[in-house]
Amino acid sequence: MSNRRNFIKATVLSAALASIGMAAHAADTIKVGILHSLSGTMAISETALKETALMTIEEINKAGGVMGKKLEPVVVDPASNWPLFAEKARQLLTKDKVAVTFGCWTSVSRKSVLPVYKELNGLIFYPVQYEGEELEKNVFYTGAAPNQQAIPAVEYLMSKDGGEAKRFVLLGTDYVYPRTTNKILRAFLKSKGVADADIMEDYTPFGHSDYQTIIAKIKKFASEGKKTAVVSTINGDSNVPFYKELGNAGLKATDVPVVAFSVGEEELRGVDAKPLVGHLAAWNYFMSLKNPQNEKFVKMYKEWAKKQKLPNANTVVTNDPMEATYVGIHMWKQAVEKAKSTDTDKVIAAMAGQTFDAPSGFKLKMDETNHHLWKPVFIGEIKADGQFNVVWKTKGPVRAQPWSPFIPGNDKKKDEPETK
Amino acid sequence: MIRHFLVSLIFALALPAQAALDPQLVRQLTDEDSGTKVTAIRQMALAADPEAVRVLKAMAEDNLFVAGSQVVIIEGEQAFDAATGKPVKMPASPESPTVNNRIRGELAAALAALKLLDADRAVRLQAVQALQRKAEPELAPLFERALKAESDPQIKGLLAIAKAQADLGNKDPAVRRAAVMVLGETTSPAIRSLLLPLTEKAREPNDRVRYAAISAVKAIDGRLSISENLGRVFTGLSLGSILLLAALGLAIIYGVMGVINMAHGELLMVGAYSAYTMQSIFRTWLPDYIDWYLPAAIPLAFFAAAAVGVLMERTVIRWLYGRTLETLLATWGLSLILIQAARVLFGAQNVEVSNPSWMSGGIELLPNLILPWNRIIIIGFALFVLFLVWVLMNRTRLGMFVRAVTQNRSMAGCVGVPTSRIDTLAFALGAGIAGLGGVALSQISNVGPDMGQGYIVDSFMVVVVGGVGQLAGAVWAALGLGIFSKLLEGWAGAVIAKITILVCIIIFIQKRPQGIFALKGRFVD
Repeated sequence: MSNRRNFIKATVLSAALASIGMAAHAADTIKVGILHSLSGTMAISETALKETALMTIEEINKAGGVMGKKLEPVVVDPASNWPLFAEKARQLLTKDKVAVTFGCWTSVSRKSVLPVYKELNGLIFYPVQYEGEELEKNVFYTGAAPNQQAIPAVEYLMSKDGGEAKRFVLLGTDYVYPRTTNKILRAFLKSKGVADADIMEDYTPFGHSDYQTIIAKIKKFASEGKKTAVVSTINGDSNVPFYKELGNAGLKATDVPVVAFSVGEEELRGVDAKPLVGHLAAWNYFMSLKNPQNEKFVKMYKEWAKKQKLPNANTVVTNDPMEATYVGIHMWKQAVEKAKSTDTDKVIAAMAGQTFDAPSGFKLKMDETNHHLWKPVFIGEIKADGQFNVVWKTKGPVRAQPWSPFIPGNDKKKDEPETK
Repeated sequence: MIRHFLVSLIFALALPAQAALDPQLVRQLTDEDSGTKVTAIRQMALAADPEAVRVLKAMAEDNLFVAGSQVVIIEGEQAFDAATGKPVKMPASPESPTVNNRIRGELAAALAALKLLDADRAVRLQAVQALQRKAEPELAPLFERALKAESDPQIKGLLAIAKAQADLGNKDPAVRRAAVMVLGETTSPAIRSLLLPLTEKAREPNDRVRYAAISAVKAIDGRLSISENLGRVFTGLSLGSILLLAALGLAIIYGVMGVINMAHGELLMVGAYSAYTMQSIFRTWLPDYIDWYLPAAIPLAFFAAAAVGVLMERTVIRWLYGRTLETLLATWGLSLILIQAARVLFGAQNVEVSNPSWMSGGIELLPNLILPWNRIIIIGFALFVLFLVWVLMNRTRLGMFVRAVTQNRSMAGCVGVPTSRIDTLAFALGAGIAGLGGVALSQISNVGPDMGQGYIVDSFMVVVVGGVGQLAGAVWAALGLGIFSKLLEGWAGAVIAKITILVCIIIFIQKRPQGIFALKGRFVD
């Protein structure tokens, strides 16, 4: 009898203790989801973002956390598999109950998780340049909209310093971001008086690795009498065979410059950059920028890589989406502190107008209404060591236009998310 | 005699300036505005001052810096004054002027132009070749001077082409027409695009020049189309050779044992990672011989993949002979295990396998036909592997046994062929060849844990189209598929080409299930 009573007592007691323990544990930390592909075709780009997020979280925790609580990262691997992104997002929101998620690279993955975040009223920060045409209450876009990357890049190509290009090859991976960006660029080029016959559009599947035919086509297209430039929206590891072929085929930047929107320092690590000198990339941040914030950021990441024993830790680089991740996490922290809560709606309200001294050397601002960052635009040329030499930049941060004026019908769309 | 006089005249003209460059001009090189820079570069080139080479070269190599009012060249730890070339104290915070594509192109042209008067024939030849693509009208007087001084017929010919390009902007229609006539003899897409504007009435008011330009473009087009078609065939051959390397091992395994080996792509991956491992070994222990890691990787890849193959055969596949569906599932499971093993060993990210220097770049057969070395070498390698397999299958006892087992397993067993040992050996051979294919793939595509997945479907296509158990079938199918898909790609784009190929193969298999070549003889199933 007493045995049994003791047993019940003990059980109740331990259950109570456990629940106290759990409650105390839950009060101690705020869970933060990290949703990046760590395997598959996008791993080349996305793994570094996971590392940046973990590094930033550690930095915040060392400085005392958010509202006295430590951040606890929850890392999942959606494996470059778009439906799996939605599954993992649901897991983060319902099982792990994260306060916020930092994640996605390709637009198709963002589109895949979007319904989940809308349904469960979650919050996700998207750190990569994208095609626009979207403005959701549950998303903050810390990457560039087309007017903060694609259009300035093409304007540069058409300028005297960019080589006064008159013909354009729009080359991309076959999914929503390159197709929409190229639609916007085509409309933009038309408004600048470029004829349809002077634009060539071509797409390859994800993971495509044989670029011989396409390079031959570009060469032929370039010999039609006007200065030609290539605008590349190729994503993921296809960039390595593309640039290898470009180098081997002797297509030099002084003849046909290639400007890329998804190739940064990280992607060039897998390539011998010497034949690529002079090809261009347009971003809102480059590792080679010289300013105190960037020096701190680069140093912090290098030390992180050594500490985590990342592969090739002595040659790690930083790039634009990593900077956008870093800025995003810090702005979220500031917003939570302003709202004094991690509640989605309160944080969204507090995000408006947040500012942060970014590694790009500018004070970036989250727009009051449209959930996009104001960003400066840089155009860099590839140097022999795989870094970029900035050849052009905007005077200051530019406001994002998620609804590109070059797509018909967009002038009627509101510049802020629909609130139910 | 006259030439000597001219050369000495040029030297005499250049001599006074040799001591130092105009500091004003050097200063202009570092101006914010690219237009000012371009003017300065062209002036320095036109002055034909040998001293200018030093400064322009430094600028092209990013060694030119500005520090306050000083323009310096920094080489290693030592700084030199740009205008005089004298050593100066290292400035505190040198900043490099922006050198973009436009400036880089101008610098290359100016440096080449300056070398046109060099005493060394090889230097002059190189310089004039660099000027073949685009020659600025401003440089025309320099070309004329060089042309007069030149005696070598080859360089003279090339100089005439460069001068003709510069003359296209001349005011005199007769000079323009003569230039067009010279350029019509060339075969270069770059020159074609220079001539094209002259075929439009808006750009070229003179009828005679325009007609000459039209016929010149036509003549160039005719010659270009030959090399274009050659290029197409080459890319097809290249893809075919890769398909062949990927599928040859599968053809042996599938042919001999009827095993549908879904883990074949992972054997390719083992080969590719062997190349990576060998590269890392060379980087750490033999950095001086890094270029030769690839030949060393070939035996490693063969034996590593063969060892994995033997392990697979001995532990799993051996117990499932004759049960096609089970082997299909079991080998698929094996492929997942191998992928995961690679992730654990090497990480989930792609690893970098660089081309050795002798595989980078290409050979320029014709002005618009550059054949990349890595592709040429892979075609050669595929032929070599094919030859090896052919000798093994047709000239050795093992090969005879393998063929015997392929044709009639029980009969071969009856006459004393140790069929189960032959199975293991054939599987090891097929796996080893897949490993060799992996080494080739590592040179042109990405090396990652799931790289094999992309090739398994292609490999099966080759084997199925070619016909089971036939090497010749695999060869024809690989080359045919390679060329066919490259032609389609050129015409319809990569995405449509992939779909069309699959549809064609489905139709082909419907009509001819046994493939292009079928084994004749009595089969025992």
